[in-house]
Amino acid sequence: MSFSAGPGRRPARSVSCRPRGTVPRGFSLLAAVFVLLMPSVAARAQDTAPAETPPAPAAAPADTDEGAADKDVLKIRILMAREIREGRLPPLSLLDIPPPDDGIAGAKLAISDNNTTGRFLKQEFILDVVENADPAQLIAEVTKHIDAGVAYVVVDASAETLLKLSDTLKDKDAVLFNASAPDETLREEQCRLNVKHTAPSRTMLADALAQYMAWKQWRNWVLVIGPAPEDKLYADAIRRAAKRFGLKIVEERVFDYDPGSRRADGGFEQVQQQIPSFMQGLPEHDVVVVADEGELFGEYFPYRTWVSRPVIGTAGLFATPWHPAIELWGGTQFQNRFKRLAGRVMRPLDYNAWTAVRSVGEAATRKSSADPKVLIPYMRSPEFELAAFKGQKVTYRAWNGQLRQPILVATAKILVTVSPQPGFLHQLTELDTLGVDRPESKCTAFKN
Amino acid sequence: MTRQRHGLVFALAAPLLLALTASQALAYKVFVSNEKDNTISVIDSETLEVVHTIKTGNRPRGIILANEGKWVIVCASDDHKMQVFDTQTYEYVKDLPSGPDPELPILHTSGNPLYVSNEDDNLVTVVDIFKGTIVTDIPVGVEPEGMGMSPDGKILVNTSETTNMAHFIDAHTYKNIDNVLVDNRPRVAEFTSDGKQVWVSAEIGGTVTVIESETRKVLGKINFEIQGITKDAIQPVGVRITKDAKTAFIALGPANRVAVVNVGTREVEKYLLVGQRVWNLGFTPDEKLLFTTNGTSNDVSVIDVASQKVTKSIKVGRYPWGVVVAPH
Repeated sequence: MSFSAGPGRRPARSVSCRPRGTVPRGFSLLAAVFVLLMPSVAARAQDTAPAETPPAPAAAPADTDEGAADKDVLKIRILMAREIREGRLPPLSLLDIPPPDDGIAGAKLAISDNNTTGRFLKQEFILDVVENADPAQLIAEVTKHIDAGVAYVVVDASAETLLKLSDTLKDKDAVLFNASAPDETLREEQCRLNVKHTAPSRTMLADALAQYMAWKQWRNWVLVIGPAPEDKLYADAIRRAAKRFGLKIVEERVFDYDPGSRRADGGFEQVQQQIPSFMQGLPEHDVVVVADEGELFGEYFPYRTWVSRPVIGTAGLFATPWHPAIELWGGTQFQNRFKRLAGRVMRPLDYNAWTAVRSVGEAATRKSSADPKVLIPYMRSPEFELAAFKGQKVTYRAWNGQLRQPILVATAKILVTVSPQPGFLHQLTELDTLGVDRPESKCTAFKN
Repeated sequence: MTRQRHGLVFALAAPLLLALTASQALAYKVFVSNEKDNTISVIDSETLEVVHTIKTGNRPRGIILANEGKWVIVCASDDHKMQVFDTQTYEYVKDLPSGPDPELPILHTSGNPLYVSNEDDNLVTVVDIFKGTIVTDIPVGVEPEGMGMSPDGKILVNTSETTNMAHFIDAHTYKNIDNVLVDNRPRVAEFTSDGKQVWVSAEIGGTVTVIESETRKVLGKINFEIQGITKDAIQPVGVRITKDAKTAFIALGPANRVAVVNVGTREVEKYLLVGQRVWNLGFTPDEKLLFTTNGTSNDVSVIDVASQKVTKSIKVGRYPWGVVVAPH
């Protein structure tokens, strides 16, 4: 389907779309209230197709002969591919249920931003969206688009599906932007030349938190790990970060928890007993780190621990590429534009999709071209840089295609700090103190 | 300190008339908008002390003089309007309309109208400052910001932060004449006094682009390199060029430096250490002093233009943003 689609999109169940565990929560409700209070805003969001927002400037193509202008316009199609993940349980809090257009709305905003610049340069950006719960079918659909000439694909899928897609397309002039999978292996052993990662990796997120803990000198950690495989991967990143920044995990405990149904009439009575008893008898510690990427139990920990300690990790204080309350670096206008378009607040997956689509737009602007043979190598070159409301340029790491970016450390409501923290130095860029750095990287695909 | 004592000794020793003349010539009023405090700090340019604090609307940012120096106009960004204050009495005069989230105003060389960039709606609004009415809106790129006016009053240059362009606009017909691509997140556009060049700072790109105004050709780009400071921290924002078109001062944001650039050669001659996250700059009318707003350190640095030395820092309100100096 081509985008101009309004909110009538099918309500995908359990479509999770962000790097789980990296998410600001608590804003869907606010968004709902916002929409209720501001019907005109909601209405505007529907008709905000990219070609028509915002109004044409006085000079741009409007001044010229329409027909002739249209012929000269370079059309650049970008595809968003989403794997609907039906097996996933919804997160614990009602506030965190992902909206059906999670990620897609971010891509739409970037299309609209690209088109505002594009109007001055006779470039037009178009977004197509494909969604499927079956990885094989999703790959087939994406391939169809690629064969029809699309070269830029924003992917919201599992690591396995992304890898399969990447290998299917490896001989084509196409680049994939991984907007959701935080898996380290995609940037390391399993890295692929045709994949860029706008989603931060788990080690980037864990390092961002750990640097702040080091700055606070909250050095002794208890690590609580959930039963899911991704919880174990998150715990790996936490262990690595602790070691890297001189922090100590004094004890690890596995929280073997069967979430059952998300909602039952009641629950707090038992949880109030369950968490403190689980947290008894631990050695002296400063903070509790929770590894629960699925957000199935982590939120039970703050205010329920045996001794009074702050909770960080995937609950409590968390690391994220974007936060709906951030207003730094011109963020206010960015957030407002998003709210006008989507009728809700911007989530991390929206931001990751936005940076992906804007990357293509920025490359097309600088190179005055739509040709993937020009734009893809340019996005891989050290000349490429993007302004992405992070207070400094963001760029792609030359050795694995990971977007290098400041990481926000926040609570559900507000920004607490931005990492890298002052004092963590690097010979090239402090941003490379977050995540796996070039000398330790196991990625070989980018070496000539 | 020395400056202050000199002034005092002089004033005491000299005859009254001479002292008055001297203070009229020397003491300017420096108006600094404090984004977080909702105030304007007024600094006496001779004593270099804050002499008054004006309460403003929410989030005061861009600040200019108007009505022959009798008014100071500030964007109250979060109130979606501009406010006028009397430069002598500091009294509130009136509100002026703008679009949503006004950021930077500039006055036509004739003194009216005013052009203001509205960061939140991709428009530049043209306002009659005496009638207090909106003349028209000019559509531009995403997040309009910097505003430059050619000395002959013909051309308005607006920068858009996310479109990364300098839009050249006819100041009378409001038609967009040309668009020049610059580096990422352009902030400030400043004409040289002869009108031949426009200098556009790019905060995230880390450069200043010099554009020939007649042809809209890019003449060159200024890059900055400071030992011990990473490239990422060099974020040019404020640009001020001396009237003789010889020296440009460029505020470099979190690099905490102001670069001194030779306009002819476009070479950086010196970096002056100022307060933290330096954004905007303002000369005294005699160009003897340059004031810088240092957002994160809540102060203003004073640069002696002739010796190119930072002589003092003055504590103002929280997150100082813009600065303008009144001639009397």
